[in-house]
Amino acid sequence: MATMTYLQAISSALRDEMRADERVMIMGEDIGVFGGAFKVTDGMIDEFGPERVMDTPLAESAIIGCAVGAAVVGLRPVCEMQFSDFISCGFDQLVNVAGKTHYRLGLAVPITVRLPSGGGFSGGPFHSQNPEAWFMHAPGIKVVAPSTAEDAKGLLHAAIHDPNPVCFMEHKHLYRRVKGEVREGVYETPFTARVARAGSDLVVIAYGAMVDVALKATEDLEGASVEVLDLRSLVPLDEDAILDSVARCSKVVILDEANMTCAAGAQVSALIAEKAFEDLDGPVVRVASPDVPIPFSPPLEQAVLPNVDRVREACRELLDY
Amino acid sequence: MAMADTARQAGTAQADPPAAHGGDGAEHLTQADRVRLLRAMLQMRGVEERAMSLYRQGKVPGSFYDGYGQEAVSAGAAYAMAAEDRLCILHRDLAAHLIRGVSPTRIFSQYMGRAAGVTGGRDGNVHFGDKDLGCVGMVSMLPDMMLVATGMAMAFKLRGEARCALTWFGDGSTSRGDFHEAMNWAGVQKLPVIFVLENNQYAYSTPLDKQFAVDPVQRATAYGFDGVSVDGNDAEAMFEATRAARERAIAGEGPTLIEAVTMRMHGHAAHDDMKYVPAEQVQEWKRKDPIERQERRLTELGVDVEAVRAEVAAELDAAVSEALAGPMPSPDHVLDGLFCEGEPELLGDGEAPWSGFATEGDR
Repeated sequence: MATMTYLQAISSALRDEMRADERVMIMGEDIGVFGGAFKVTDGMIDEFGPERVMDTPLAESAIIGCAVGAAVVGLRPVCEMQFSDFISCGFDQLVNVAGKTHYRLGLAVPITVRLPSGGGFSGGPFHSQNPEAWFMHAPGIKVVAPSTAEDAKGLLHAAIHDPNPVCFMEHKHLYRRVKGEVREGVYETPFTARVARAGSDLVVIAYGAMVDVALKATEDLEGASVEVLDLRSLVPLDEDAILDSVARCSKVVILDEANMTCAAGAQVSALIAEKAFEDLDGPVVRVASPDVPIPFSPPLEQAVLPNVDRVREACRELLDY
Repeated sequence: MAMADTARQAGTAQADPPAAHGGDGAEHLTQADRVRLLRAMLQMRGVEERAMSLYRQGKVPGSFYDGYGQEAVSAGAAYAMAAEDRLCILHRDLAAHLIRGVSPTRIFSQYMGRAAGVTGGRDGNVHFGDKDLGCVGMVSMLPDMMLVATGMAMAFKLRGEARCALTWFGDGSTSRGDFHEAMNWAGVQKLPVIFVLENNQYAYSTPLDKQFAVDPVQRATAYGFDGVSVDGNDAEAMFEATRAARERAIAGEGPTLIEAVTMRMHGHAAHDDMKYVPAEQVQEWKRKDPIERQERRLTELGVDVEAVRAEVAAELDAAVSEALAGPMPSPDHVLDGLFCEGEPELLGDGEAPWSGFATEGDR
């Protein structure tokens, strides 16, 4: 075991994979000589060379499309979007080529797309988004979103081993804020949910950076026993774990940092309405960013992103229901 | 003939080409090769004519797209590709599928959405590629496959393999960003990829003068590699340009843009009466028919082209019957296979009938 930040855990997974499997390569903008905008791939070009740690042209569609091509002839490319927001420029290759190829042609596309996502640092409308729901709606793409250092490493190993396109949502705000004990070497975290804290009066369902917000908001809620369920994987969505938490807690707050409409939490909410109606002791409550672009100025950004106070208030109201 | 199972390492020589036969850039083609090119074009036209008839009978769902008059582009280019090369084939390039080894029965089944189709009914008409024959099926967002081909070439270069990737796309595709991104990436990394620009004068109804302000073949220079313009209605010229491009590619000399100048002789799809095309333009190109051209050449060499035609027609009639007898896919499995489970199957090698790929013992 070693103590690592969330960022170090991601770097560690990449390094271990590059050492273990010569099919693995990393490609993206400024990831080689510069080591990546967030330094996730710092120093890797020295160890693995410029062909396996590839500084690409500034072209997101090409990064995804070339990764697909390399994958179908036997490589395991890991693409970095410098910011998850830029995946919009590679959306077509991801959704129409990578996502549909196995279903149509029986040809697997084992690519991992790392997507530094999320707000909270005045990144503004183009460096703060949480685009995970875009991919949930596109068949054939898996989506994972770790909240801890241990899961960041384990989920990235699993994503690279997976024979399908996987969007790996790594939250920028967690990079250096979250630290934890991380196992050495290669291990896989399953694409299933995890109970971050067990409870029985209410469950907060969250993923990524919002897991920590949920834990803080509910650590002292007038003695209420609050469960926090960390989804970890959005596709596949761990329906059993969600329904199990709802059955035990009967009250549910669903938390997304993403914009409210059609967010991952909307799917969770629909699932509960369809399959756990009889287990509920109150309405499903959602907390998410309202449907506006994430603004730049700190007071504006803080007014939009879900925070500890908003979540605590939502939980209190539901507990009183 | 033998097919190479494993990629040759970069720098090793190919088998010597057969002796020159002269005429129309055919110095690397034996008479059997030249007949094979005709045969591929006849198969393509014959398959598409029969499929159009099946479409009119209501047996082909959706729409129907063909490459009538453009047969030389895919036949000639695909014929220059080795077994271990990889192809992304476009919707007017049926001859490439036929050369790689997809049977006409499977193609008819594909058009009709039947279980025996290449995609088993999961995708329609020309949206297919047989992975076992080294082809990745196209998507409708053109020219997305330029990037997939570029990525395959990137992997070949990274592993030091003497292989190349080839993809086709149209004049309309040159307007999209993926065209630029692929050309630029391939130029920067000097990749073994061949881009065949099928300039058939119209993107749906849009003529060339609304598509680009410069001759698109000039763009190759702007991206740092060679571009050549070829008579796209001459299968042997297409073969020769592609053969030369492949030779450069596997020698590490980078990509080539081949502009195949041709004409889309039918509408964009079956519903399109092509009223926007001047009649004289169609008449002019009718005189340049690629199949008639190859037949004239072979007749001069004493080949019985009527016999080739008859043989192809018989093969295709039998294939139609066989495809019609096949079942539709079962909806029971419509949700299967979204994701791959277990170790992925990679692309296999396709057929590569050119005599230049044959080993000494096979000739």
